[in-house]
Amino acid sequence: MEPILKARGLVKRYGRVTALNNCDFDLYPGEILAVIGDNGAGKSSLIKALSGAIRVDEGTIELDGKPMNFASPLNAREAGIETVYQNLALSPALSIADNMFLGREIRKPGIMGRWFRALDRAAMEHKAREKLTELGLMTIQNIGQAVETLSGGQRQGVAVARAAAFGSKVVIMDEPTAALGVKESRRVLELILDVKRRGLPIVLISHNMPHVFEVADRVHVHRLGQRLCVIDPRRHSMSDAVALMTGAMAPEQLNEFA
Amino acid sequence: MATETQGPQGFEAALTRKPEAVAEFTQRRSPVQQARHLLHQTPSLVPLIVLVVSISIFGALLGQKFFSAFTLTLILQQVAIVGIVGAAQTLVVLTAGIDLSVGAIMVLSSVVMGQFTFRYGIPAPLSVLCGLGVGAAIGFVNGTLVARMKLPPFIVTLGMWQIVLAANFLYSRNETIRSQDIAAEAQILQFFGSTFRIGADEAGRGGAVFTYGAVLLIVLVLLIAYVLRQTAWGRHVYAVGDDPEAAELAGVQTKTVLVTVYTLSGLICALAGWVMIGRLGSVSPTAGQFANIESITAVVIGGISLFGGRGSVLGMLFGALIVGVFSLGLKLMGTDPQWTYLLIGILIIAAVAVDQWIRKAAA
Repeated sequence: MEPILKARGLVKRYGRVTALNNCDFDLYPGEILAVIGDNGAGKSSLIKALSGAIRVDEGTIELDGKPMNFASPLNAREAGIETVYQNLALSPALSIADNMFLGREIRKPGIMGRWFRALDRAAMEHKAREKLTELGLMTIQNIGQAVETLSGGQRQGVAVARAAAFGSKVVIMDEPTAALGVKESRRVLELILDVKRRGLPIVLISHNMPHVFEVADRVHVHRLGQRLCVIDPRRHSMSDAVALMTGAMAPEQLNEFA
Repeated sequence: MATETQGPQGFEAALTRKPEAVAEFTQRRSPVQQARHLLHQTPSLVPLIVLVVSISIFGALLGQKFFSAFTLTLILQQVAIVGIVGAAQTLVVLTAGIDLSVGAIMVLSSVVMGQFTFRYGIPAPLSVLCGLGVGAAIGFVNGTLVARMKLPPFIVTLGMWQIVLAANFLYSRNETIRSQDIAAEAQILQFFGSTFRIGADEAGRGGAVFTYGAVLLIVLVLLIAYVLRQTAWGRHVYAVGDDPEAAELAGVQTKTVLVTVYTLSGLICALAGWVMIGRLGSVSPTAGQFANIESITAVVIGGISLFGGRGSVLGMLFGALIVGVFSLGLKLMGTDPQWTYLLIGILIIAAVAVDQWIRKAAA
């Protein structure tokens, strides 16, 4: 099987710091790939490169076999890569529907839309409701309520629904459970599995090992700006993963235990 | 190995009850919380209430002298300029900025309209367009400095205020164009000062008196209210004021939004300059000195948050009218005009306190 999102030899330098050092990356269709790594290992740089938030100095990114050159997150979005950022990128004062369609609003057909550029509120609210229902989030009663009136888990739900609604190729999630309580994390993990069931491959960045090992199909271990190895969470333990991540264990040693 | 880590962890056993409860929205609210929630959703409600109450009080105290179509429309005429400049200020404040150069842009634009007509003999309608162009161009420079150079709006517009005001005095050579000359040669410059009456008696007295400037104010505010609520650009203005980074990541072109907001602000200020010629009759480079402070006052009393992203342009209109009602009401009562300023000062502080209180509803 060919990877849907593939990166080869990514290099990103910030002054004298090398954040990405000849890094490779593969995401296969329909899988959840977790990316783990210690702080400063270059996870964020890798994710930002894939989502178009930074431009790499060297290396190639291919989506569906086609080389990509993202100048901004908008480019990546247009190509079908949606990112759920750690800060969620929601506007608190705007409504759920407004937030879901921020930057890609639907305009009314005919003169009102073309000349007066009027938004088609009904269509946007209908679609937003549809997406939230699909993900089992329709306990959110009023689609017109401001995002700031939602709890942390609900906001995460809105951000995930937005990505799932518009992501046609890949969904990237950066620390989706970091700021949430136990109960809300559980809900978000279920959401992630829902999105996977709908056939979208997911890149999951997380520090939470139990969460990673619960939902991931493969785990990409990032260390010193490179992909150290990819492990199967069903064959290796969390302590192996942590040992790899921190350098206490070399990837060659893994196979001896496996 | 390690298969026990699959599925929910042990400590989550208590979660076996349906976890959807996370997304429930039925909250019991006390009446105070409900009021706060309502105000949070309709931010122009507070200034509207204050406006209605203050009109009622002055109406009760002064009777017919105040509570007549003539007096009430006179207030509208008097706030026309502040209201139009306030509309420009509203746009900027919604993006969490501030525009201190509004008054200066207004004066320079009016001077350009007058001087182009009288010094160079350019046809008046063309001069008006030039004046509007100058206003928009200054706004564009403000916007570019704020959005692309990342300079703080306060500093940019503080500098621009001085630059534009000085340019205004240098260019106009401090001369005033007399009202009679304008009336004789370039009436279009005074267009917004002309009036029409509704419901006057046969001698042409009393009734509601509207200047075209007042009509422009109403039309402009309604137009901006529509644009802010019903178009993508309007929603983006709020998103940028709310959290610029989030807006950027969500796909809003924040820089373009900021540049268009400041350019539009400059254009609206130039319109206010045109209206000011109508109100004064003459073109004076010393006019409109307090327009920036007055417009910020209208915006703040109108319940628009200086932290950006919250408020409505209708609130600004109510804010401007509140100031107008106090000024005229107290004048008719024959009090010292300083009382007006004192009360306006209290209103400003009260308005910000209410804003903070409403903001807590978000938490």
